[in-house]
Amino acid sequence: MTAPAKLELVCPAGTPAAFRAAIDAGAHTIYCGFNDETNARNFPGLNFSRDEMAESIKFAHRHGAKTLIAINTFPRAGAVAFWQKAIDDAARLGADAVILADIGLLDYAATRHPSLRLHLSVQAAAANADAIAFYVRAFRVKRVVLPRVLTVQEIAAINRDIEVETEVFIFGGLCVMAEGRCSLSSYATGKSPNMNGACSPASHVEYREEDGDLVSRLGGFAIHRVAAGEAAPYPTLCKGCFQAGDYKGHVFEDPSSLDAASLIPQLAQAGVTALKIEGRQRSRAYTEAVVRSFRKALDAYAAGRPIVAGELRELTEGQQTTSGSYRKTWR
Amino acid sequence: MTEQKFALTVGPLQFNWSADDFTDFYARVADEAPVERVLIGETVCSKRTPYYDDRIPAAIERLQRGGKQVVLSSLAMVTLEREKRAARELFQQSALEVEINDLTLMNWARPETPFSIGPLVNVYNEATLGFLARQGARRFCLPPEAPFASVEKLAAAAVACGAGVELWAYGRIPLAISGRCYHARVHGLSKDSCQFVCAQDSDGLAVRTLDGADFLAVNGVQTMSHKYCNLIGDLDRLAKAGVSSLRLSPHTGDFIEVTRAFADVVSGAVAPEEGMRRLARTAPDVEFSNGFLFGPCGAAELTPA
Repeated sequence: MTAPAKLELVCPAGTPAAFRAAIDAGAHTIYCGFNDETNARNFPGLNFSRDEMAESIKFAHRHGAKTLIAINTFPRAGAVAFWQKAIDDAARLGADAVILADIGLLDYAATRHPSLRLHLSVQAAAANADAIAFYVRAFRVKRVVLPRVLTVQEIAAINRDIEVETEVFIFGGLCVMAEGRCSLSSYATGKSPNMNGACSPASHVEYREEDGDLVSRLGGFAIHRVAAGEAAPYPTLCKGCFQAGDYKGHVFEDPSSLDAASLIPQLAQAGVTALKIEGRQRSRAYTEAVVRSFRKALDAYAAGRPIVAGELRELTEGQQTTSGSYRKTWR
Repeated sequence: MTEQKFALTVGPLQFNWSADDFTDFYARVADEAPVERVLIGETVCSKRTPYYDDRIPAAIERLQRGGKQVVLSSLAMVTLEREKRAARELFQQSALEVEINDLTLMNWARPETPFSIGPLVNVYNEATLGFLARQGARRFCLPPEAPFASVEKLAAAAVACGAGVELWAYGRIPLAISGRCYHARVHGLSKDSCQFVCAQDSDGLAVRTLDGADFLAVNGVQTMSHKYCNLIGDLDRLAKAGVSSLRLSPHTGDFIEVTRAFADVVSGAVAPEEGMRRLARTAPDVEFSNGFLFGPCGAAELTPA
């Protein structure tokens, strides 16, 4: 029997404090973004100024950890220079890699910063070996974050056919649509993940009492309706309750979040290099607890011990968890 | 009067129609629709193709006899081995132009073989457009969520590199694609055992909010807008921006009349208001929108030019 592959734990940080906490909790690598529309978690009060980024990268390097900077929205026509500046700054500040989705930006980074390591964002939705081959050949991409539409078997097949590393999501919020290819949010609100780095933005959310119920709305559309006094879920569009034909309920996805901890061995055997935790928008305490738990799981796996799954149940706010597309029945 | 004649394109059929309906539709388009280009081929779900694959050659031949340029459209999301194989074969045939809807196909693109970029590829800025044009892309149907300010800049960039920009001008807008089939899900089935229930809804299955407001439509693994995009009232400003062609997406009802209404407004034979009335008559229960381009959001009410 071969020794289990060593897996890299890639953890989110929305603030410098969460960044340090994640490294203290055992993260191998942190991913984060600048505090503007260049990244897909462009939320008020979140993300890093240039100075904070510089300090954080130094902190990571002192602790033997890496920093990946996500510049993974699609630049607005006429404003490309703003996104290019983010890449220049990431290179200047010593980022270990940038995570990009836009072809024009990949071309810019590969040409202007040939020694900067490029990761392909999940927002690029490269879902097969031939798509990955294009990004590798055209831009020398070194790692691909796989879209959350693939089964473990499909991930294994991709890894057999490609030369570069793959990274997959292991825990946190779950997009049911192929990321980077979804305009549901801009249909309802005018703000989209691709263009603005925001999905179902708080600026377009209302909670209203209607006929004794509490209704949460996004862009005026009712997304959830619960009895008054119950907690109405945040109206993330694709997690809402709707009617379609005779069906009434969660047409797209139950309000569940991803927990694929139990699949760590299978993902390792499928040739995955890195496991990614979603949630740059989450609190420092959350980040710390999740990172600590997953580092423990990875260490257990590396030592050949069983992995205790489900211990993060309380962090998913009582929601159900799912292993998402990794199991074929999800489809 | 518009200042520029647009080319009209019939987009690929989004829905799961029967093979006979498929054949009849393309026969009528071939013989009667005043359009320059017609896209044909499955973009949504590869499980549908065996039902009408053998009808495609005859449809292409008839479209060409009718003077149409035929372009082969590709699948929106390629994951399976057989989908990869089909994508490669699509690009390796040299008889017809191909429209790329998934960048997988860029793996085989060569600058000497011109191709088109479909609306499901993320071309949001002039740098991306320029890169793809250097690889051989000659026409870009822009992402439907791109606002008009972006369209103006992208059209100018396209002209500068000898390419053209097309806009989604009529029909339900594709908003998202998933690994999961929602048609199967709402029928209590899974994608692998879907029983092809998407064939029951020829224009998509309406998704309403719990208070009954029309919102979205599901079409297999695809989620679409409830409202139909309709830019017939906006042709002057689109022409000024340098948009060179308009995409009309097939629906049930009198689709030939849809193409004629656009052709008549483009040629100046009828006023935009009359064109709008004619479109409304072909689809009396449909709500139109030009919100992604000109309004606060994609679902916004139609705003006059």
